[in-house]
Amino acid sequence: MNKKVLPALPLLVAGTFAAPASAATVSVTVPKVNVAEYHKPYVVGWLEPTAGGEARTVFVWYDLKKGGREPGTKWLADLRTWWRKGGRSLKVPADGLSGATRAPGTYKIPIPANLPAGDYVFKVEAARETGGRELVSVPIKLPRGGGSASGKTELGAVTVR
Amino acid sequence: MRYRHAMLAAAAVVIGFSSPATAHRQWLLPSTTTLAGTSEYVTVDAAVSNDLFYADHVPMDPSQIKVWAPDGTEGKIENAATGRYRSTFDVKIDKPGTWVIGTERSGVMGTFKVGAETWRVGGRGRPGPGGPGAMPPRAPGAPQGERPGTMGGPGGGAPMKSVASVAEIPANATDVTLTETYGRNVVFITADAPTANAYKPTGKGLEFQPITQPGALASDEEGQFRFLVDGKPAANVAVTVVPGGKKFREAEDAQELKTGADGVLRVKWPVPGMYWLNASYSDAKPTTPRATERRLTFTTTLEVVAP
Repeated sequence: MNKKVLPALPLLVAGTFAAPASAATVSVTVPKVNVAEYHKPYVVGWLEPTAGGEARTVFVWYDLKKGGREPGTKWLADLRTWWRKGGRSLKVPADGLSGATRAPGTYKIPIPANLPAGDYVFKVEAARETGGRELVSVPIKLPRGGGSASGKTELGAVTVR
Repeated sequence: MRYRHAMLAAAAVVIGFSSPATAHRQWLLPSTTTLAGTSEYVTVDAAVSNDLFYADHVPMDPSQIKVWAPDGTEGKIENAATGRYRSTFDVKIDKPGTWVIGTERSGVMGTFKVGAETWRVGGRGRPGPGGPGAMPPRAPGAPQGERPGTMGGPGGGAPMKSVASVAEIPANATDVTLTETYGRNVVFITADAPTANAYKPTGKGLEFQPITQPGALASDEEGQFRFLVDGKPAANVAVTVVPGGKKFREAEDAQELKTGADGVLRVKWPVPGMYWLNASYSDAKPTTPRATERRLTFTTTLEVVAP
């Protein structure tokens, strides 16, 4: 799995990122879910060429701190579509890619600028402990050409611009 | 009771082998086939029954189970227990890659005649699908005489005499008909990225070469698996593919398929879930002396996730 990212890319915490005019960003909404036992979801975003080919992970949020008998990495396989499309070969933590799980809110993540131009699908998959799993796909064109789609349960709007 | 008498009468009439009407299937059911990291175990159910994966008949013997780690070395099972209907055991998955867990059995079975009397060689009954050779051990309390292939019920006709092995066939035996059997019933467990060693062909028996990875099957993607016999792609191998959980659907959704000319089985999945796959092949090319036929089987349980 190619983990190359722009050298100046900081690990995002939250909020907007002052991207160069030519780079695309994806904005992902983690919805508020009203349940008694709420856990922040594991969320992953990746790009797949529409014609087929290797997946390129853009971000993955999981429980980084949990170690011991049941490390946080255990549940990365619950992001089952990403896992079988290439996630299982990714070594985490991965600089510029992996981060902690996030509370409900909207987050902007830059899309790597070094991908060949063409048709892609940006996919976001979320899995929540004692909750569900959802996959949202947004067809886009790189370098310019956004799109938007929305989940119903575990993800809100996913917008690329 | 009248029913029991009818059963005994029917059993007494059975002499010699008849085609097995039984569809009893031998299966392994792992808790998962994909794991992230190497900090976990899988737990596996092992049983013989008609419906998948509903244990209502007899358990498999856990002492028959072998474990091969991704590097080919043998591992071990832990916490094995045999219940009335199923056995369970755990396997520690502590190295990344694809593990193979299951049984591998070879044998020779058949019949011969001494005078007018037919004798049996080898296993205690006809091989059920998914497992050649001897029937599993009787669990405590399991009913007698209801196992498929058992000759003569309680109080019925005298059971067929048998010898344990080919070496014991007497010199004056006639009509010696022997079948060589070889079968594997295994599941593939992948921690992190899959490794190819698990499917490396040995050139022996009926072999499974997945094109679509067992740990990466989805119900909206066609499964493709090549079968080899003697190391070469085998056309027209009969393969049965059945999803578990029949009572939660209308139809059984079992498929009877054949491999193509290229030895590849192409299968569409009607529902997501765990599937039992059983491939069988026979021909007249055994390697055991005096055998005239060989019967090869390969059985596995595949996890097909929702897309």
